[in-house]
Amino acid sequence: MRSDLILRVVAKLLIPFILLFALYVQFHGDFGPGGGFQAGVIAAAAVIFYALIFGLADARRIVPEPLVESMMALGVLTFGSVGLAGLLLGGNYLDYFVLAHDTVHGQERGIFWVEVGVAITVSGVMLKIFYMFADRGKVDDE
Amino acid sequence: MAGAVLVLARSRNLFAVVVLAGVYSFLMATVLVALDAVDVAMTEASVGAGISTVLFLGALYLCKSEEAKPVHKPWLPLALSIAVAVILVYGTLGLPGFSNIESPIHQHVVPRYLIEGVKETGVPNIVTAVLASYRGYDTLGETTVVFTAGAGVVALLRRRRRERKP
Repeated sequence: MRSDLILRVVAKLLIPFILLFALYVQFHGDFGPGGGFQAGVIAAAAVIFYALIFGLADARRIVPEPLVESMMALGVLTFGSVGLAGLLLGGNYLDYFVLAHDTVHGQERGIFWVEVGVAITVSGVMLKIFYMFADRGKVDDE
Repeated sequence: MAGAVLVLARSRNLFAVVVLAGVYSFLMATVLVALDAVDVAMTEASVGAGISTVLFLGALYLCKSEEAKPVHKPWLPLALSIAVAVILVYGTLGLPGFSNIESPIHQHVVPRYLIEGVKETGVPNIVTAVLASYRGYDTLGETTVVFTAGAGVVALLRRRRRERKP
């Protein structure tokens, strides 16, 4: 499959748009459908698509395994630290009202960072699971 | 959808089953769009039809593509699942009708979210507002669950690889 010209060209054309769509879903989630979870899955799907067409080794070179593993934890930590930030600024845990001078802005800021955390964790976990599964197949073949 | 389910149950070719499960997920996503649950539909289409199909295909690559003949006749499990289905359907008969405004779930906190939500959070998409702000703890728990699932997969599969190397 690695020498299939049509698949490679189509993948090269499509992947930027998939990633752009993931970002759109992430940052437009406040106004339309979508949010962190969906955006994370779509971003992971773009990399999985790349891995299916160009091979696992190439995908690993672009999105290396240590990065994926640290993304898994980083997202949860982002989410948790938003909560801690609320605590430090004098509110309750996961209280967004205190994150900015205006309560509405504080809410928007809190929701934004929480969604970022969700997206990072979800895309990290999806990619990691895919890497693990794909890798097992290779080990069994050898 | 019913046709897809019937073929799913009958087919012994696992590749066809995986592809049909993806088709079923897409049909489910259209049903959810028809129910105005666009956020859930998006999740169903991307996770159910996209990622899990890829993972199933990856698992299929590791094993044979024909399902083995069952050792026992499936009558007892069939009877059990029909019985559970009957109980569940009987349970839904007691629920208030779909989109009935008088039902308790539309009376408790929903009016507050719908009326005050945009004013309080500045986020027009109520689903996002409820998910990230009003139900922040739930979402934190869900993210932790996703992280734990990933950590579990890593723990299970990585150990196996190390055992084989030496």
